[in-house]
Amino acid sequence: MNLKDVKPGSTVTVKKVSGAGPIRRRIFDMGITPNTQIYVRKVAPLGDPIEITLRGYELSLRKAEAQEIEVE
Amino acid sequence: MMKVALVGNPNSGKTTLFNELTGSTAKVGNWAGVTVDKKEGTYKKAKTPMDIIDLPGVYSLSPYTLEEVIARDYIVNEEPDAIINIVDATNLERNLYLTTQVLETDVPVVIALNMMDVVKKNKDSIDTKALEQKLGVPVVEISALRAENIERLMELVGKATTKRQPLDIFKDSKLETSYRQLVDLFTTNGVKQAAFTASKVLENDEKVLSFESVVALKDQIEQITTVTEDNEALMADVRYGFIDSELSSTIKKSRILGEMTTSDKIDKILTNRLLGLPIFAIIMFFIFHCTFSENFLGLGIASPGVYIQGLTEIPIGWISSGIESILDTLGASSWVYGLIVDGIVAGVGGVLSFIPQILLIFFFLSFLEDSGYMARVAFIMDRILRRFGLSGKAFLPLLTGFGCSVPAIMGARTLEGEKERKLTMLLVPYMSCGAKAPIWALFAAAVFPNHADLMTFGIYFIGIFVAILSAILLKQLVFKGEVTPFVMEMPTYHWPRLKNLLLRLWDKLKGYLVRAGTVILASTIVLWFLGNFNLSLQMVEANSNDSILGVFAGAITFIFEPLGFASGSAGWKAVVAILTGLIAKEAVVSTMGVLYTGMESEEEFLGDDDATASLVATIAHTFSPLAAISFMTFNLLSIPCMAAVATLRAEMNDRKMFWFTIGYWIVIAWIVSFLIYNVGTLLGF
Repeated sequence: MNLKDVKPGSTVTVKKVSGAGPIRRRIFDMGITPNTQIYVRKVAPLGDPIEITLRGYELSLRKAEAQEIEVE
Repeated sequence: MMKVALVGNPNSGKTTLFNELTGSTAKVGNWAGVTVDKKEGTYKKAKTPMDIIDLPGVYSLSPYTLEEVIARDYIVNEEPDAIINIVDATNLERNLYLTTQVLETDVPVVIALNMMDVVKKNKDSIDTKALEQKLGVPVVEISALRAENIERLMELVGKATTKRQPLDIFKDSKLETSYRQLVDLFTTNGVKQAAFTASKVLENDEKVLSFESVVALKDQIEQITTVTEDNEALMADVRYGFIDSELSSTIKKSRILGEMTTSDKIDKILTNRLLGLPIFAIIMFFIFHCTFSENFLGLGIASPGVYIQGLTEIPIGWISSGIESILDTLGASSWVYGLIVDGIVAGVGGVLSFIPQILLIFFFLSFLEDSGYMARVAFIMDRILRRFGLSGKAFLPLLTGFGCSVPAIMGARTLEGEKERKLTMLLVPYMSCGAKAPIWALFAAAVFPNHADLMTFGIYFIGIFVAILSAILLKQLVFKGEVTPFVMEMPTYHWPRLKNLLLRLWDKLKGYLVRAGTVILASTIVLWFLGNFNLSLQMVEANSNDSILGVFAGAITFIFEPLGFASGSAGWKAVVAILTGLIAKEAVVSTMGVLYTGMESEEEFLGDDDATASLVATIAHTFSPLAAISFMTFNLLSIPCMAAVATLRAEMNDRKMFWFTIGYWIVIAWIVSFLIYNVGTLLGF
């Protein structure tokens, strides 16, 4: 499963981040590393991006980026 | 003087701390060659004053964003005497990620644990002593917002003068062996900041890998380790792993994951699926209403913006009549009088009188930004703007463009990607600004008296439509290749601090005044000269067809003839209006007043109500509906004004792109006006 398909209100654990280049690096820098717990907070009014809580703070990312993040 | 660099995440309170430390000594400039603010100031309360350099807010020292490259180049190459690493205590884990990178250098570091008041309020706790021990540097609890413990912090900074042992986060990690071998290799070969360089090499950091000293050791590095794409993942894992295992024990949180704080509750309303967009629309309407409305809240009184603008016109009026009487007493010749009063005072004064409204808009926008709402605006609007190759963050500068292009272009600074920033600046003038509104009003009254609102709406629509098409087109052709990630922190909502807002406004005001005193002053003088002298340098009636401007307009009328509004014996007048409009759009209507009604001067025209009626009547029979739309379109899409051009030049900081943008504005204005007039004619309108 990837992060894009997770329903708001659920908590998941990161398994792997695919993709490449600056975006992948940014995802790591923001703390989305394997075994991190992510709580999916909400989806924007127009359906994209999404907002998540991890490591005690809020982060928003597009579904396109969320798709690169494998979770369980 | 001791050089101290301020390093920290965005939203960590770095700016607040910087303002607190440096007060009025702060100077804003740009980092060499790029438009990223470089702020520098002096901390005077210590025994020996310290020079404080505010590095850009970054999450990491990766080589990918401009800000990150600036921050790391400064730390590694300039080697400040000490670093203050400001850390948001309410968001410790992610903030310490940057700390682990900073501590890999040997520069003395003091950690300022900011927002400790909030941590305590949330009934959380942080074991500062344990943190100090694990990181090997002093940690001071502060509150930048309340100016708590700042002197203690600076006292420790003053003592932190000897080089440190770099932090080692590799113990028991998969990369430990390669790391130690690399550090040894770099140390023996005298590579600067060996530990930092070693971990960056392991991270597959292109920039560090291209350092001469590193390239020279390429073969030996390859013997130690093969760096692959996956090293980035491993390194992030090592860093966060270190934070989790070594540092997390120092934090005690009373809140569980996903529990609601006050900030979360506010957010729940502001970004609600149904209410989010309407609330945003209301906030924006309110800001514009407060700044530009002549009829505030329907009460028949001027809004604060209009009111303050009215107030500033009074001193400008005094100054201008003061200058007039001085010139009278001195017996100045008529051309000196004209140059100073009609040229400089009227021109620069006209631009200056817009300052209150520009500042007010900027105040509101800074307020929204500091409160944390701006990130939510980007969150709400991203979906729409992405279709045109922009991100949600571009929405605000564009919207500001409906007020005034100057703060809008300055607002593009907040955008992350270089190309997106430039594209946004290029699109800004397509949002019809406040100064263009009188042109629409004039033509609505003259040519479309029964459909005034529809016509005005249509003009705004043309602007937005051209902006969308330009964005799509330029993203394919000019600004291609850049993918800006939309991975954005949503900061906790908090009440902005007035001191910070005012300091920011003061910076903007200074910048604007400098431009008013240079570029704008110069262009008004040139325009006045061209409009009041003929080719044999004798003074003629202002902007008449004998003046250089008139002759020039006549000579280039052929360029505008295909657009429908420049044909016939009076065609040159429309061209003069267009030309003065390139300096300032406010000038279009007053120029037309002088040229089309035969008034002596602009003041005479503006002070005479019958004159407006007669201008409306003249325009009504000079311009066909299509020619009128074409004329308006050209004014809408071409160069907005000299103030915007000056701002663009400073903000773009890229000669080629600056001239491209200017050229693009003119060419597109011509093409669109041409299409409107000629397709309209073909269709029989």
